[in-house]
Amino acid sequence: MEEPLEMPPGEESKPCSLSEELATDPSLQVEISDAVSERDKVKFTVQTKSSLPHFTRPALSVVRQHEDFVWLHDTFSENDEYAGIIIPPAPPRPDFEASREKLQRLGEGNSTLTREEFAKMKQELEGEYLAIFKKTVAMHEVFLQRLAAHPVLRRDHNFYVFLEYDQDLSVRGKNRKELLGGFFRNIVKSADEALITGMSGLKEVDEFFEHERTFLLEYHARVRDTCLKADRVMRSHKSLAEDYIPISVALGSLGTQEVRQLQTSFLKLAELFERLRKLEGRVASDEDLKLSDLLKYYMRDSQAAKDLLYRRLRALADYENANKALDRARMRNKEVKPAEAHQQLCCQHFEQLSASAKQELTDFKSRRISAFRKNLIELAELELKHAKASSLLLRNTLIVLKGDA
Amino acid sequence: MAAEREPPPLGDARQPELEELEDGEDLFTSTVSTLESSPSSPEPASLPAEDISTNSNGPKPAEIILDDDREDLFAEATEEVSLDSPEREPILSPDPTPAITPVTPTTLVTPRMESKSITAPVIFDRSSEEIEEEANGDVFDIEINVSDPEKVGDGMNAYMAYRVTTKTSLSMFHKNEFSVKRRFSDFLGLHSKLATKYLHVGYIVPPAPEKSIVGMTKVKVGKEDSSSTEFVEKRRAALERYLQRTVKHPTLLQDPDLRQFLESSELPRAVNTQALSGAGILRMVNKAADAVNKMTIKMNESDAWFEEKQQQFENLDQQLRKLHASVEALVCHRKELSANTAAFAKSAAMLGNSEDHTALSRALSQLAEVEEKIDQLHQEQAFADFYVFSELLGDYIRLIAAVKGVLDHRMKCWQKWQDAQVTLQKKREAEAKLQLANKPDKLQQAKDEIKEWETKVQQGERDFEQISKTIRKEVGRFEKERVKDFKAVIIKYLESLVQTQQQLIKYWEAFLPEAKAIS
Repeated sequence: MEEPLEMPPGEESKPCSLSEELATDPSLQVEISDAVSERDKVKFTVQTKSSLPHFTRPALSVVRQHEDFVWLHDTFSENDEYAGIIIPPAPPRPDFEASREKLQRLGEGNSTLTREEFAKMKQELEGEYLAIFKKTVAMHEVFLQRLAAHPVLRRDHNFYVFLEYDQDLSVRGKNRKELLGGFFRNIVKSADEALITGMSGLKEVDEFFEHERTFLLEYHARVRDTCLKADRVMRSHKSLAEDYIPISVALGSLGTQEVRQLQTSFLKLAELFERLRKLEGRVASDEDLKLSDLLKYYMRDSQAAKDLLYRRLRALADYENANKALDRARMRNKEVKPAEAHQQLCCQHFEQLSASAKQELTDFKSRRISAFRKNLIELAELELKHAKASSLLLRNTLIVLKGDA
Repeated sequence: MAAEREPPPLGDARQPELEELEDGEDLFTSTVSTLESSPSSPEPASLPAEDISTNSNGPKPAEIILDDDREDLFAEATEEVSLDSPEREPILSPDPTPAITPVTPTTLVTPRMESKSITAPVIFDRSSEEIEEEANGDVFDIEINVSDPEKVGDGMNAYMAYRVTTKTSLSMFHKNEFSVKRRFSDFLGLHSKLATKYLHVGYIVPPAPEKSIVGMTKVKVGKEDSSSTEFVEKRRAALERYLQRTVKHPTLLQDPDLRQFLESSELPRAVNTQALSGAGILRMVNKAADAVNKMTIKMNESDAWFEEKQQQFENLDQQLRKLHASVEALVCHRKELSANTAAFAKSAAMLGNSEDHTALSRALSQLAEVEEKIDQLHQEQAFADFYVFSELLGDYIRLIAAVKGVLDHRMKCWQKWQDAQVTLQKKREAEAKLQLANKPDKLQQAKDEIKEWETKVQQGERDFEQISKTIRKEVGRFEKERVKDFKAVIIKYLESLVQTQQQLIKYWEAFLPEAKAIS
C-alpha cells in the first residue's frame, strides 16, 4: 500500500530522541525527509546538506532501501581500518507484518464487531501502523547521523556513494557464497565469544579493558532481557487500550436504550472510556518510544561495543602469536627479520586499536548515560502528563455523575 | 385513571373512603378465620396501592414507578385507623396493614387476597410497621456480612464454612447483632425454599451464586495457591451480595425461612441442592420459558405494559451480557499487565545492578522500584474491575433471568386460566347434551363439575390478576433498586480509577528528580 508520510514538527517527528544530538554539525547534515511504504519495501528519501569538498553539490537527495543501509553497515564492519571503532548498529528491518496481519484480519469481516467498534479498531490499528512506520524511519535516520557525526567514519568512500549516487545502488540480496561467508563468520564469532569470556586463556594486561569486558558482557545480556520485558509491558498497555473499545460501545448502546435515570450515567461512562482509551494508547506508545526503543538501541550498540572488544582481543592474540613466532625464529636463528617485521606490525596494529577502542568505549559510556538520562526524564514527564490528564477526566466525570444522582 | 393510583386527597373525598374502610374491617374479622386457600404463599407482605389496576394504560416503560405515594398512603391510613376505628386495635396493631389500602374498587377480589397477610399477626405486624416506616428511604435497618471462610473437614468431604453476621434493629429478630456459620449448600437451600414459595406468584427472588465443581474441588484437595484463595474470596463476596439483595426485599425479609437462616445456630442440612442450585433454577426457568414460547401462547396481551417490559428486559439482558464479556477481557488483560510490569521491574533492577555509572545505576534501581509499586496498583485495579464492576454485571444478568422467569410464570398462569375456561365450556356443553339425552343421574354430576370449574375459572382469573399486580410492583421495586445499584457501582468504580491515577502521579513525581540527578 502506498502511504506517503508527512513528518510533522515536534515530538512525534523524531520519536527516537537519540537523533537530536547528532544533527547539530553543519559541515555534514543527513536526514530522512520522506518515506514511502510499498507492498513489501520501504523507500527512504535521504537528504544531505554539506560544506565538505568531497560532495559535488551542497545539497543532495537520493532514494534508498533498507538493504542499502545493511550493505553500508557491512562494508564498515568488514573494513579492517575501522577495527578500533564501534560501528553504529544497522537499523532493524522494517517489520509491518504483525500490524498488516491485524488490519487484514479486521478487514476480513469479523461479524461480532459493531460498526462503531470496527471503526475504532481500524483507527487504532492504523495508528499503530503509522507509529511503526515513524519508528523505522527514525532508526534508519539515527544510523546515518551517527556515521555523519563520527570524525573517521564520515570520510568513508562508501558513505559518500550512499549519500550521493543518484542511481539505484542495486545491492542485491546475499547470494549463497555470501550467506555461507556469513555462516562462517558466525562460527568465528563463537570463537570470539570464547575469547572474550576468557576461556581461551589470553592474558589481559590492561585493567581498563578487563573491566570493560566484564561490564559489557553482563550489561548486554541484561539490557536484552529488560528490553524484552519492556516490550511485553507496552503490549499489555495496548491490549488494555483496545479493551476499552467494546466497553465504550456497549456502554453507549446501553445508554441510548436505558431508563431515563441511568441514561446520563451510561452515556457519560461511554464517553469516559473512549477518552481513557486514547490516553492509555498514548501511555503505551510513549513507553515504547522512551523505554523500549532506548533499550533496544543500547542492546544493539552494546553488541557493537562487544564486537570491538572481540576485534581487539583477536589483534592481541595475533600479537602474542607474533611474539612467540619471533622467539622461535630467534632461537633457531632463521628468518628473524620477517618475524621481527611481522611482530612490529602486529604490535602497532594492536596498540592503535587499543587506543582507539579506549576512546570509543569512553564515548559509548557518555552517550549511554546521556541517552538514558534524557529518555528517563521524558518518560517520567510523559507518564505524569497522562496520569494527570486521566485523573482530571475521571474526576470531572465523577462530578457530573454525582450531581446527576 | 390516574386518580385511582394517587392517594385519596384529604378532605371531603375521605368520606367514601371511610365507608370502604369499615367494610374492609368487616371483611377482616370474617376472613381472619376463613382464610382463602391460595397457593402456598405464607405472609407475603404485599405493600400494594399504586399499581393495582391492570389497566391497559400501564406506566410508560421508560419511567420507573418511583412511587413515593406509597408512604403517604400509609401515613394517611395510619391516621385513619387511630382516629376512626379505635375498636380495631385489639385485632390489628396500630399500623397500617396492607388490607386497608384496597381503596380502589377496580378489583373486588383484592381485599381478599390482601387479607392473607393476617395469618401471623403478632410478629408480622410489628415488623411490617418497621419496614413500612423505613420504606421512605427504602432502607431497612439490617446489615449482613459474610466473612471468615474456614475450611471444615478433610479430603472430598471438606467444605467451606462462612460466618454470616447480621446487625439490625428490626424487632422481628431476637437480637440486634448475631452471627452463624453457614456452608454454601445452606445458601442454596435457602434460595430453593424462597423460590418455591414466591417465584410462581410473581416475586423476583434473587438468584443464589452458582456452583463450581472445579473451584470447590481445588479447595477440597487443599491447594493453598492463589487461585483457590481467589475462588473462595469471589464466592464469599457473591454470597454476601446475595444475602444483601434478599434482605432488601420487603416480602422476603419477613419469610421465616430467611429468619431461621440468619438466626438459628443449627440448620437442617439442605439436600438435593444439586437440582436446586442457582444454575439449576435458571435452567428450569429457561426450560419453562422455552416451553412456553413453543406453546405459541398467543396471549391476548391486554396490557401493553407487560409486553414492553418483556422487550425491555430482553434488550437489557443482551446489552449487559456484551458489556460483561468486555469487562472480563479487561480484567484479564490488566492482570497480564500487572504480571508483565512485575517482570520488567525485576529485570530493570538487575540492569541497574550491572550499570557501572553510579548515578544511572541508582536511577535504574529507582525505576525498578516504581514499576514494582505500579504492578501492585495494577493488581488492585484489576481487583476493583472485577469485584466492583464485572460481578455487578454478572449479578444483574442472573437477576434479569429471574425477572424473565417471573414474567413467564404469569404467562403460564394465564394459560391455566384459559384452559379452565375451555374446560368449563366443554362441561357446559356436556351438560346440555345430557339434558337432551335425559339422564338425570349423570346430569347432577355434570352440574357439580360445572360448579367446580366455574370456581376454578374464577380462581384462575384472580390468580392471574394477582400475579400481574405483584409483578408490576416487583418490577417497579426492582428497577428502582437497579438504578440505585448501578449508579453506586459506577461511582465506586470511577473512584477506584481515580485512586490509581493519583497514585501513579505520586510515584512518577518521586522518580523524576532521580532521573534528573543522572550526570
